[in-house]
Amino acid sequence: MTKGPGPAPTTPQELIGGIGTSDGRATGQETLRGGQAWSRRLRRNQRLRIADVDGRACVSALFYNARNPLERYNMPDTLKAQFTAFLTAGRVLYSDMGRVLCSIVADDCGWHDTITGVGHAADGRARFGQGSYQALRNGFYRNGRENLLVELGKHGLGKRDVVANVNFFTRVSVGDDGTLTYVAGNSRAGAAVELRFEMDTLVVLSTTPHPLDPAPEYRPGAVALTVSDGPPAPADDPCRLSRPENGRGFALTAAYNAEIEGLS
Amino acid sequence: MSDLDPRRAIVDVTVLSGDGYTQELAAGDIFRIVDLEGNQAVDTLFFNSRDLDERYSATETIRRQGNIYLTTGTALVSSEGRPLLTIVDDTCGRHDTLGGACSAESNQVRYALGKKYMHSCRDSFLLALARYGHGMGKRDLPQNINFFMNVPVTSAGELTFADGVSGPGRFVEMRAEMDVLALISNCPQLNNPCNAYDPTPVRLLVWRR
Repeated sequence: MTKGPGPAPTTPQELIGGIGTSDGRATGQETLRGGQAWSRRLRRNQRLRIADVDGRACVSALFYNARNPLERYNMPDTLKAQFTAFLTAGRVLYSDMGRVLCSIVADDCGWHDTITGVGHAADGRARFGQGSYQALRNGFYRNGRENLLVELGKHGLGKRDVVANVNFFTRVSVGDDGTLTYVAGNSRAGAAVELRFEMDTLVVLSTTPHPLDPAPEYRPGAVALTVSDGPPAPADDPCRLSRPENGRGFALTAAYNAEIEGLS
Repeated sequence: MSDLDPRRAIVDVTVLSGDGYTQELAAGDIFRIVDLEGNQAVDTLFFNSRDLDERYSATETIRRQGNIYLTTGTALVSSEGRPLLTIVDDTCGRHDTLGGACSAESNQVRYALGKKYMHSCRDSFLLALARYGHGMGKRDLPQNINFFMNVPVTSAGELTFADGVSGPGRFVEMRAEMDVLALISNCPQLNNPCNAYDPTPVRLLVWRR
């Protein structure tokens, strides 16, 4: 009896794993385990659906112009243009150049945190213990800061490119005196958020625990990612119309996309 | 209240509205920003001057103190989770962490496409970094502090721009916890009340012990 590695993979999906492999199309599904990092470039008008598998997901996310990552998601510009401290359906994510990177076209959660960042290695050790790879192999305790740096490094980016990130599926509220409160139970199993990209965008994700989540054990939740193609935002798109600022943001984005097409 | 004597300061400069400025501070220095005429936003970033990759982080700062507003006692925390400076005196009482810096492009989004010509903090930051050199540029503009600016968040998560909480002569004073580069834009914004629609000069002082 042979001691070989088991049945050979038979489909491109099994051979490579993840989105963009089956049938050679740039669409498909992929599951991210808790603690994992992920990145890919999404074309204008593609959708990225992120679904909370276990009901305890936190997806820390950064966004860059895929052609020029000097342009990146900007938390203050996103919040100021829409007079909000959090994200949900109908709102958009602005770059620091006045353009819309992506729109939130569907959301089962109602609140995604924008202001409290990611945990560091020292935070994780203080909360969960050492959790080394040596002891735990691939169940080791990962953190958002290091996951983002690893994934950014694959694109030639690094510490100077880390800005305030979005934490999908989590909610932190602010009291009248400015005090932060982590709100448990913001998400549930099966809850999803769907992004529509308005320009070609590099997306970087980390499924590590939210730094203010009081859960004492390291038990990050998994998410299911689905990439699909779709039509451009119509003239009566709710994200475009939700604020006059967004109408101007979409106009600036359309002008940029025309500029890029003229160059290629 | 701080009783440091301006005559003993090693730096005493006035920065006009619309100007950018860089100031190197040594560990232990006391750095004061004075809102000379009141209601003037001072957009500010700090870097570890021995490792410029380490810089002020809005998210680290607010998460570690559990509060979005800055005042006396606040540690201004770096991207590496270490205090760059600590606020040791504050006669204003509240400073903003979420409003960021205005730019030509964000002015187009927020106010009108035709506002692109107007001067902005991010342009002042870029020029100050170009003058400072050391390879600094647009990658070195993370989310900044707005001293003397009031951006309340409601419990429903609404972000509002309120009139300034500051007044003539109010100041904020910090102690550098390491060698620090300060990057400042004295905000030229004319489209919202952050400067009371009338940007004015600020005074910067440094004491070395």
